[in-house]
Amino acid sequence: AAPLLHGYFRSSCSWRVRIAFALKGIDYDQVPVNLIKDGGQQLTDQYKELNPMQQVPAVTIDGVTLSQSLAIIQYIEETRPGPALLPADPQKRAKVRMICDLIASGIQPLQNLYVLQKIGEDKVSWAQHFIIRGFVALESLLKETAGKYCVGDEISMADICLAPQVYNAERFKVDVDQFPTIKRLNQTLLALEAFSTSHPSCQPDTPADLRA
Amino acid sequence: KNASNSRSFFQPLLHGYFRSSCSWRVRIAFALKGIDYDQVPVNLIKDGGQQLTDQYKELNPMQQVPAVTIDGVTLSQSLAIIQYIEETRPGPALLPADPQKRAKVRMICDLIASGIQPLQNLYVLQKIGEDKVSWAQHFIIRGFVALESLLKETAGKYCVGDEISMADICLAPQVYNAERFKVDVDQFPTIKRLNQTLLALEAFSTSHPSCQPDTPADLRA
Repeated sequence: AAPLLHGYFRSSCSWRVRIAFALKGIDYDQVPVNLIKDGGQQLTDQYKELNPMQQVPAVTIDGVTLSQSLAIIQYIEETRPGPALLPADPQKRAKVRMICDLIASGIQPLQNLYVLQKIGEDKVSWAQHFIIRGFVALESLLKETAGKYCVGDEISMADICLAPQVYNAERFKVDVDQFPTIKRLNQTLLALEAFSTSHPSCQPDTPADLRA
Repeated sequence: KNASNSRSFFQPLLHGYFRSSCSWRVRIAFALKGIDYDQVPVNLIKDGGQQLTDQYKELNPMQQVPAVTIDGVTLSQSLAIIQYIEETRPGPALLPADPQKRAKVRMICDLIASGIQPLQNLYVLQKIGEDKVSWAQHFIIRGFVALESLLKETAGKYCVGDEISMADICLAPQVYNAERFKVDVDQFPTIKRLNQTLLALEAFSTSHPSCQPDTPADLRA
């Protein structure tokens, strides 16, 4: 059976997993989980069985259901052939993971739907604050580590995390031009097939008004 | 070995804070691997927060702890540091061999390290202001409800089966945080049991916040 992704078209964490599948050339099925409709389909008891944190993505693969996008992606990396998503050198791997975690722990959780709903009125400036704070640090790191991609010249999980976070930044009207390395890397990545075919603008559940 | 230059190549240097849960994760990993390391305390409260100096920014542009200088490189993000230690040092494995078990370990780590801790760290709580305690409790409880459910499926003696892993390294410090915010951990029996098991291990007790070089006198064990 093909892997099954429970996700949402513009969930950046779901997009990370879509990119990983695409880079590895793995076909998969999607079950859209609409985070807004019906009060949020991620909050059903049914979905809770798949992911008790009641967030997307969750992936059913090889008879097991996993949540947490980076855990899913590293599982894919460790069990599927194809282009490596992590470099071989341990220090480069550490730099890739450092970048991933800066995004996946240091930025995205502070601006995801659940938190913004709790913040309420000030949600946009809250989201902007945390994205900018993270991007200031990330720009500094990437100036040191980046070649053609985030770490050197080979694509990695760091790139998989970067493009979706830039998409989020743009949604919240953060001016990415102030982060030239992030901007350049993002442009390179969006030109790749794995990033464009998995883009939020062309998923099965992308609303008509947001389709590319 | 006395010169600060040579020290960085022979012994890792941890920049951390005694009760930073992310710093404690790294201390546990070093202890489990039997690796000696030096500590440079970064006081998150004093002087407006020593993590905010330009000097510390050089080590970690996110201006958070921990940062570790090891093998001539400085790394931040506790889980990236720990996986580097795992991949370069011998000693007890911090991740299982089986890919599905590894995924479960990482899932638990990330639930804590992305789903709970960042929502209750110092920086965020300072931004939340007055309601900080109930905000922290909310996110810890929310995460622990999910974590308890996961651990009921995965746990044996430890978080995933019967071998200690990075999941355990993440769990105990998060329970410590929960207790600091007066969350009643008794409502999460699997988490409680696992935490008790872990705290009895030397690697967890020697690295505990109550006995670090920068632990204040009134909080010492």
